[in-house]
This record gives sequence, C-alpha cells and structure tokens, in this order.
Amino acid sequence: MTATHRRFLTIIAPLALFSLSGCGVNSVPTAEEAAKNAFANYQAALQRRADLLPNLNATVKGAASHEKEVQISVTQARAAANFAGAAQLSANDLTDAAKVKAFQDAQGAASAALLSVRNTVEAYPDVKANENFRDLSIQIEGTENRINISLQKYNDAVQAYNTTIRTFPDAIGAKIFYGAKPMIPFAATAPNADKAPEIKF
Amino acid sequence: MRRVRALCWLWLALLAIQPARAAPIPALTGPLVDAANIVPDEQEPALIAKLQAVQAQSGRQLVVATIPTLDGEPVEDYGYRLATAWKIGEKGENNGMILIVAPADRRVRIEVGTGLEPIMTDALSGRIIRNQITPRFKAGDIPGGITAGVDAIIPQLTLPPGEAIKRARQAVASQSSVSDGQVQLGAVLFWLFIFLFVILPILRTLFGGKRGRRMGAGPVIIWGGGLGGGGFGGGGSSWGGGGGYSGGGGSFGGGGASGSW
Repeated sequence: MTATHRRFLTIIAPLALFSLSGCGVNSVPTAEEAAKNAFANYQAALQRRADLLPNLNATVKGAASHEKEVQISVTQARAAANFAGAAQLSANDLTDAAKVKAFQDAQGAASAALLSVRNTVEAYPDVKANENFRDLSIQIEGTENRINISLQKYNDAVQAYNTTIRTFPDAIGAKIFYGAKPMIPFAATAPNADKAPEIKF
Repeated sequence: MRRVRALCWLWLALLAIQPARAAPIPALTGPLVDAANIVPDEQEPALIAKLQAVQAQSGRQLVVATIPTLDGEPVEDYGYRLATAWKIGEKGENNGMILIVAPADRRVRIEVGTGLEPIMTDALSGRIIRNQITPRFKAGDIPGGITAGVDAIIPQLTLPPGEAIKRARQAVASQSSVSDGQVQLGAVLFWLFIFLFVILPILRTLFGGKRGRRMGAGPVIIWGGGLGGGGFGGGGSSWGGGGGYSGGGGSFGGGGASGSW
C-alpha cells in the first residue's frame, strides 16, 4: 500500500462511516429495538393479567361458590387465559401479519372473558359488595387499562420503525444491511369492547 | 400562489375540526386545576398548600384536576391523555399522581405514575375512591370528597418507600406481588452492575497485571460519565418554585383506579 493509498483511506474511511450512519445503519436497529421493547412492555401487562387469575379463583369461588353462573364464567375466563398464555408471539414474528392477528385474537378473548366475570358478578349483590371482589374488579380494570396503553405505545413504536425503514435515506440501509420488513401494528381495540372474536378451546 | 393559500386554509380547517373529537386538556396552572370550578375559592388555598407540601417534602408531585366534561370519552383514556400532556412527576422517577374529577360525567379517577405504582396500587386507589371520595360526592359534597381523597393519598406519598409498600399491602391483602418481584430484580441487577463495572475493575487494578489495569479503566469512566450527567443532573426539573408550575417529564402507564357516583 502506497502512501497516497493510505492518505486516501484516512480520508475516505471516516467519510464512508459518516455516510453509512446517515442511511439507517444505526437508526434502523434503534427503531427496531424501541418497538421490541414496547412489545416486551405489552407482554409484561399481559403477564400482570395472568397473575390475577389465582386471585380471581380465590375471591370469586369463596364468595360465590353456590352461584353456578359465576362459576361458569370463571371457568371460561381461566380457559381463555390459559389459551392466551399458551399463545406465543416471539419478537421475530412481529412482521408476520397472520401470527400477530392470531395472538391478538387470543389476548382479546382472554380480556373479554375476564371482564365478563366481573359483569356476571354485578348481578349478585352479596358478591359485588364483597371488599375483596371490589379490589379484584379494580385490578381487572387497571390491568386492562395497562394492556391498552402498552398496546398504544407499541403501535406508536411500530409506526416510527416502519416510517424509518420506508423513508429515505434510512430505507437504503434497511434494505441492504438488514432486509428489514415492516412490523404489523395491533388493531385498535375499544377499551370496553365486550365482543371478542370467537375462539375454540 | 393561490393553490398554496387554498392548502393553508384547508390545513387550518382540518386543525379546527380535530379538537372537537376529544375533550380539551386544560392548562396546568398549579397543583390544583379547577377547570370545572367546583372547589369554592375560599377552600382553594388550603388544598393548594397541602399539595405543595407533599412535593416539597417528598419530591413527588400530586395534582388535582377538575374537568368540565369528558365528552363521552372513558375517564381512563382521558386521564392518560391528561397525564402525558402534563408530564406530572420527575423524569426517570415517574413519581407523579393526578386526582381527576369530572362532575358532569360523575366520574373520578386516580392516575398513578409508573414510579408510584408499588406504593399506590390499583386496589388501594380503588379503596380511597370508594371509601373516602365517592360517599361524599354522593352526598353532594364535592370539595369535601376531594379533600378527603387528598388526605388519604398524602400519607402514602410521604412515608418512606418500604413502609409505604407495607401499608399498601396491609390495606389490600389480596394485591398480587407483581411489583415486589420487579423491585427485587432491579436491585439485583443494580448490584450486579456495580460489582462487574466498579468493584471488579478496582480489584483488578489493585491485584491484576498490566492487562487488567487497561480493561478496568474504561468501564469506570463510562459509568461516571453516564450516570453523573443523565441520572442526577437532569432530575431536578423546574417545578413548584418561582414563576410557572409544570410537570417534570414523568411518564404514566395506566396505573390507578376509576370510580363513579
């Protein structure tokens, strides 16, 4: 390597690095990690819901063991929650529309089943007045609210990521270095949506 | 040129349409934002003094907001919008809380910053709402309900963290221990980090050879720069004192509880 070559390299190398950093080499993974982090927070909110189930059992069974309707709704909620808990969506599947939809349907059914326990119990004044059940009811609401908000944040992060990989100049790096595919945002769910997609257990 | 002007008008028109969809967020003028005008003027100073005292004592920010109308929006959604707009609480600590009262919709909500969720659990927030606040609201005593709610919240915010968590748990035995696990994991990670990047390099520098010295020096410098600048320097934001009142950049994740009367 001659001296001219070397001088050429010392000028070109930083320039090349600098120009690369402007075409998505850094911004694409950054946006992707932000979206995955938001997804992890969503999963944490789902886990929080799963953690409520033992409480639900203890509280409702203790207070309303003789009410068949309540029992059935609790059983359904547990089944839906188990089904939703078994549904897996890894961070690498977030670009797969079919998998995302299946996952979301399962989670939506679990939320709806949990809310329907609460609505069923509303018909039984003695259970409804039970202080433990009122706490649980608040916890169910709070959990669903957290799930909604974490989803909202996830969708924002996905939108930012998709914008990054589709706009110039980041789109170049996204395509050449990462082969980045757009992530699928979750469909918006109304906070009080009682109608969940039908799921066979 | 004419087309540009037409586009500008269209843009303005679209801007004008948008806010009608959601209930407006009032300006954050102080720890008590009585936009619905339901707290009598003569009671306001005492309430404001209480809210300011919490912040002065604990660094945690508690705000009371009364909202004229929710326009049909669920109070949880409105509360989250309000909290993200105001950014109550310190950045990083996320230790803000808002008590929201919407008298026209007969809805009340306690919105809890993510940093306060372990001491102000959903269940405890719910208990304060249904035992302290809504009974008074039902009797028509809105200012009394707000004051009772604030009085119930304040001890929880001013206690040392360990004691406050214990209290939250005693008050609500059925509360699950989700947050407990998180706190412990965080502490373990923190000490692991300290050990790996501070203690180990120091030990290496003391006892190790040439190679150890070189490896140890780097992380220590990074550690000092990273935390010293971001963590502590940025934390003390400008609220409470001097001129304006504002949030400190706290974030919310939907914690808290709602009630109606």
